[in-house]
Amino acid sequence: MRPRFYFLTAALLVLFLGSCKKDNYDAPATDFNGRIVYKDEAINVQYGNVYFELWQPGFGKSGAINVNIDQEGHYSAKLFDGNYKLVFSANQGPFLWPKNAQGAQDTVAVNMSGSKTMDIEVMPYYMVRNSVFTAAAGKVNASCKLEKIITDVNAKDIERAVLYINKTQFVDGSNNLTNQELTGAALADLNNLSFSVTVPTIVPTQNYVFARIGVKISGVEDMIFSPLQKVQF
Amino acid sequence: MKNIRYAWFAIVLLTFGQSCKKDSEYLNKQPTNTLSVEATWKDPNLVLSVIGDLYDRYPDFQTIEAWWEFTDFDEAFASNGGDYGRHQNAEFDYGSWNWWDYAYIRDLNVFLKRGQEATALSEADKNRFIAEARFIRAGVYFELVKRMGGVPLITEPMEYNYSGDPTYLQHARAKESEVYDFVISELEAVKNKLPNSASTQSRATKGAALAMESRAALYAASIAKYGVSTGQVSLPGGEVGIPASMATAYYQKSLQAAKEIISDGQYSLYKKNPNLSDNFSSLFTDKGNNPEVIFAKDFKLKTNKVHGYTINNQPRSSAEEQQGGRLNPSLNLVQSFEKLDNTYASLASVDASGNPVYYTGITDIFAGRDARLAGTVILPGTQFKNKTVDIWAGYMLANGTIITGDNFGQTKKDVLPGKPGTVQVVGADGPIDGLEFSAQSGFYVRKYLDPATGSGQIGTRSEVWWIRYRYAEVLLNAAEASFALGDAQGAADYLKPVRDRAGLTTALTAGDMSLDRLVHERRVELAFEGHELWDMKRWRLADKAWNGNAMSAADFTNATNIGVAARTNTQVFGLWAYKYYNPGDANDGKYVFKVVKPSKVTAAHRFRLGNYYSLINQDIINRNPKIVKNPNQ
Repeated sequence: MRPRFYFLTAALLVLFLGSCKKDNYDAPATDFNGRIVYKDEAINVQYGNVYFELWQPGFGKSGAINVNIDQEGHYSAKLFDGNYKLVFSANQGPFLWPKNAQGAQDTVAVNMSGSKTMDIEVMPYYMVRNSVFTAAAGKVNASCKLEKIITDVNAKDIERAVLYINKTQFVDGSNNLTNQELTGAALADLNNLSFSVTVPTIVPTQNYVFARIGVKISGVEDMIFSPLQKVQF
Repeated sequence: MKNIRYAWFAIVLLTFGQSCKKDSEYLNKQPTNTLSVEATWKDPNLVLSVIGDLYDRYPDFQTIEAWWEFTDFDEAFASNGGDYGRHQNAEFDYGSWNWWDYAYIRDLNVFLKRGQEATALSEADKNRFIAEARFIRAGVYFELVKRMGGVPLITEPMEYNYSGDPTYLQHARAKESEVYDFVISELEAVKNKLPNSASTQSRATKGAALAMESRAALYAASIAKYGVSTGQVSLPGGEVGIPASMATAYYQKSLQAAKEIISDGQYSLYKKNPNLSDNFSSLFTDKGNNPEVIFAKDFKLKTNKVHGYTINNQPRSSAEEQQGGRLNPSLNLVQSFEKLDNTYASLASVDASGNPVYYTGITDIFAGRDARLAGTVILPGTQFKNKTVDIWAGYMLANGTIITGDNFGQTKKDVLPGKPGTVQVVGADGPIDGLEFSAQSGFYVRKYLDPATGSGQIGTRSEVWWIRYRYAEVLLNAAEASFALGDAQGAADYLKPVRDRAGLTTALTAGDMSLDRLVHERRVELAFEGHELWDMKRWRLADKAWNGNAMSAADFTNATNIGVAARTNTQVFGLWAYKYYNPGDANDGKYVFKVVKPSKVTAAHRFRLGNYYSLINQDIINRNPKIVKNPNQ
């Protein structure tokens, strides 16, 4: 019995020592983060719907690293050091991305050596300005102004503006308790939009909601939002 | 002793004599388990088995072999433990429904090449085989273009010359319209080389070629016409998107092909059973002289070509195995079946002022509707295989309290006030929220369920066929094309026989015709036949109907927009029946109905613009850099 036991121990030792070898590569350790901005102001979007691609040339088979933008316009990625190319694919996000001479989406060279914070400048169709949210007798009232940023041939109209409220801080078309939509004539004066929604019963009860105003631009899939606000009542 | 020596000599001779064969002779043995190409192409029966394999590989999305795919778009609820996730994901993945099988296309091209080179076959056999392979290839390109947009058109088998440079094998994507043109012209070219016979239903015929042509041209036409509303869904090279100016020509081709089938007179609507609902359900299961079926994937008992659709979806209470009931049609679909006066209405669970309506019989709430409803769906209180399904959710007391159970047909003791004793508190088929195989939407599916004994047993299974093209669809194609070409009366005339068969005998007039009507007609006639996704995509309605907005019970009580094509349809709702218990009251023992959302439905489906054309995987683009990405991904 004894020799067999030794043999077993030796076998296990060899087996497990084998797995103590270092991995071939270190895990990516360089942080790449920042915001998408227009004139230093973050662009608020719906989380998980807007992303850019990072391509690293020179390694044979290519595949993009998709980096998601969170709802407040921040992004962050863990990368290896190296040279990357950053690009938003066409029709991504509620903004325009510069095109190169051939009419394709232009790329931005990103050199990573050590962590880096970078704000990515984009050109939104509209910005939601002066958003104010107030609580009043079971309702949330809100007002804002929409500023048209792109006014040349690429300008687009607004399809609808929507006030969303939700019980968590994720507030958008897919995550909301209720909403109020302004369309057509209600959008005549973009300098002065006002909303009012009744807060439904929330289970379990809470004495606050989160609110945002979203703007759907016609012919653009992703909405642009106002900054998030917690409304206490 | 001498004998032994002779014997030894003989053995040695036999052993070594063998090895005197030439090496080439010895090594070049014909394999006994595969047939050579030359041998195959001498015998029509062998060629038939080759083309049989090519037929078998034809792709389907949403078929009776994959019941769960019917639940992806809120037409039905998936009452199965592993499939609840289908109702809990908001977004469809960009890679959903993608398909890129150029190995299959190569096999078809190789088959065609060998067919053209074959000398030992009779001319008639040869022509038919070649026409069949071209029919399948056209179908494969149609399947590709409706999923991916324009794809490289490869019509010859390509060979690699081992030069180390494969770029000459890389082909760019054709325009979306060019692929549709190829499909249409191929089908036009082979239609008269195929047999024109309604009794051939699992092989290509003239009718099948024309039916496919009619559908393909209709898809191209509607993409051209409605693509204007989703301008972003296009590529500058035309790989995705068809110019609006081409719509009319495609509609004309679609109508032309449909008219040719109609005037050939080989097919007619299935009308064997005077009970309209039973007639509609047996249309899908009757394989003997069925005049409506144009092209089907056939199955056969006691072979390995059988399927388990009936096992998966049979009513749980009368099931032949301890399972079934997975596919539960949604109230969204059920309420869209019209009333017999051609109007739309929610099922009246409450009256106009919101008070519950009491029904004496459990089926009364469904009375006076399109006969296709009961032919498509097993309603509570109706029968399958001569057994009545037991679908009711519990007792409702006078004060609104619900008494129910959490297992099939559960009994409880002393639960009803003033009535001591044991009583069944829920139907043997449910509905019980969160219990798999129970009718969680309040309904079971009937379309394609096999009424044959044993079809619900794992050891027997079902040989009901999967109908890919049938005559009613051809009529609907003709109606849609006529309407788009400005002939509303013609459209109404094509719809008439289809609606007459459903018991909707008040004919629609030209003034009633609209896209909403045609969308509705296809939705109810062709439910659970794999049309839903492609139809919504080509009308560019997918992003409007599956828009990510949550629904509420108000969408199902006194709804006024049931006939609107772009109506929100993002979450499955159900309708549950309760027995009203209030001794002494006039309504005691009657049924009340409640609109419910199954608790497993947590997300609202959202179809993004990038879903209109599926993701082309990055490894395909890496192998062939000429492939451009689909838009909005």
